[in-house]
Amino acid sequence: MDGRSTTKVVLLSCGSFNPITNMHLRMFELARDHLEDTGQYRVVKGIISPVGDGYKKKGLIEACHRLEMARLSTENSDWITVDSWEGLQPDWVETAKVVRHHYAKLLAAEKSNDDVDTVNYGKKRRVEENYLEESSQHTRRDGPQLMLLCGADVLESFGVPNLWKQEDIDEIVGHYGLVCITRSGSDPNKFIYKSDILWKNRKNIHVVHEWVTNEISATHVRQSLRRGRSVRYLLPDDVVNYTREHGLYSAESEQKNADVVLAPLLKYSDASSS
Amino acid sequence: MATHRVPLVLLACGSFNPITNQHMRLFELARDHMHSTGKYQVVGGIVSPVSDGYGKQGLVLARHRIAMAKLALQSSNWVTVDEWESQQPDWTATAVTMRCTTSELLIMAILYSQNKSLTLRLSRRLPHCLTPPPPSGPCPQVKLLCGADFLETFRIPGLWQDDHVEEVVGRFGLVCVSRGGLEPERAVHVSDTLSRHRQNIFLVREWVRNETSATEVRRALRRDLSVKYLIPDSVIEYIHQHKLYTQDSERINKGTVLRPLAKHAVESLDD
Repeated sequence: MDGRSTTKVVLLSCGSFNPITNMHLRMFELARDHLEDTGQYRVVKGIISPVGDGYKKKGLIEACHRLEMARLSTENSDWITVDSWEGLQPDWVETAKVVRHHYAKLLAAEKSNDDVDTVNYGKKRRVEENYLEESSQHTRRDGPQLMLLCGADVLESFGVPNLWKQEDIDEIVGHYGLVCITRSGSDPNKFIYKSDILWKNRKNIHVVHEWVTNEISATHVRQSLRRGRSVRYLLPDDVVNYTREHGLYSAESEQKNADVVLAPLLKYSDASSS
Repeated sequence: MATHRVPLVLLACGSFNPITNQHMRLFELARDHMHSTGKYQVVGGIVSPVSDGYGKQGLVLARHRIAMAKLALQSSNWVTVDEWESQQPDWTATAVTMRCTTSELLIMAILYSQNKSLTLRLSRRLPHCLTPPPPSGPCPQVKLLCGADFLETFRIPGLWQDDHVEEVVGRFGLVCVSRGGLEPERAVHVSDTLSRHRQNIFLVREWVRNETSATEVRRALRRDLSVKYLIPDSVIEYIHQHKLYTQDSERINKGTVLRPLAKHAVESLDD
């Protein structure tokens, strides 16, 4: 072990978590192992940030349930936590804003020499967001790094028209960093190669290959629940019990937002047409 | 008039080296499937880890594999661990394990109808959660629960005795859960024995590709990588406490011939 100091990293995972599955949790473990294996990083915290109801995705159930299920599933983790800030906003919040928000909190925590704040859903800290948003332009490499944790599908969604603002993608891969978990059959490296902005920031994009295929998709889980099939061992037991107790995920819930446009598409196509 | 469903026990034989979430998932998938046929009522599940005498490379001691399986199944109200096979000094053919399990269930059913409290005291080894059949009803059937890779093993020369295959598939039956890119329908098709008994082979399609295998879990453990969310937390703790699954443990039985192969080779020489 050489005398090189390692960079502290916090992993942030945004998504529907509708519901959270063992695969979502696994991604954190894989990312941590990968980053620490390089010898350059020390992953100190993982944050799960479920999207707000304003996202208007088809089948998206109430944020309060999704937050509670995520919280139950991280009870047995000593480094992964759930943050409710994004989930409780009335309108959809761009991922770049969520990243900025969490980075500001991280900096504030460092400034006051606290240990990295283990926020759990129920406790919030007020942050001087406007002031720190300015300073987030200058990412301190000696300070902690915040990286967005995602699957290859999210990376490839950068190419979907009107789903992302170009400057947001710039910011995320330029100032922060991405840890992208991929599985067999998917080739994010090719996607990175074909995109100028991704290629320019390829040093900030960490591709983690998951060799043990684990395709537990939340869509499949919802379908199984609708059909009265068991989802045991695909999700943590507490979450399975929660879905049963609250009668979540029915044919009805899957129709929610069926005729509504996804928030980012609405927002950006309005902007582009004006 | 509604037909009575046949009570069914699902028996999974294997190394369970270690037990994984995917193993436990097999039971859930199989139960759902058998219920959906309308003909069966799954009343219990049994995990029967193989004995050390099997001689498979990397197989850690039976007492550890049993302990881990018990920890994993603590929270299950219908699947339990049967230690009988693991306690035998030599490897036990699957057909024999199935015969034993069936006989025990039959004895329990008879005893239960005669004396409930006696049965409860004798039922140490079998699933205590088994709902005894009504006095007039049939005794639970036992079917072998396995993954699609298991079907492929029937073709390995010297691994299975022909009459055993006939017995396991014909007399008892299989509930086979697909995995990865394997095509169990094809494995049934290319075998005359399996084809003949295809009515007794229930193929369960697992749409979620989940290749969490014990082999991969051992590999990750050897390399000090996380296996959290692939196997239960209690099993991870046990593995660390007892320092199982290292470079050394993977070398156990290296160079040894798998017991069933050795046994059948000797028997064919005697003919």
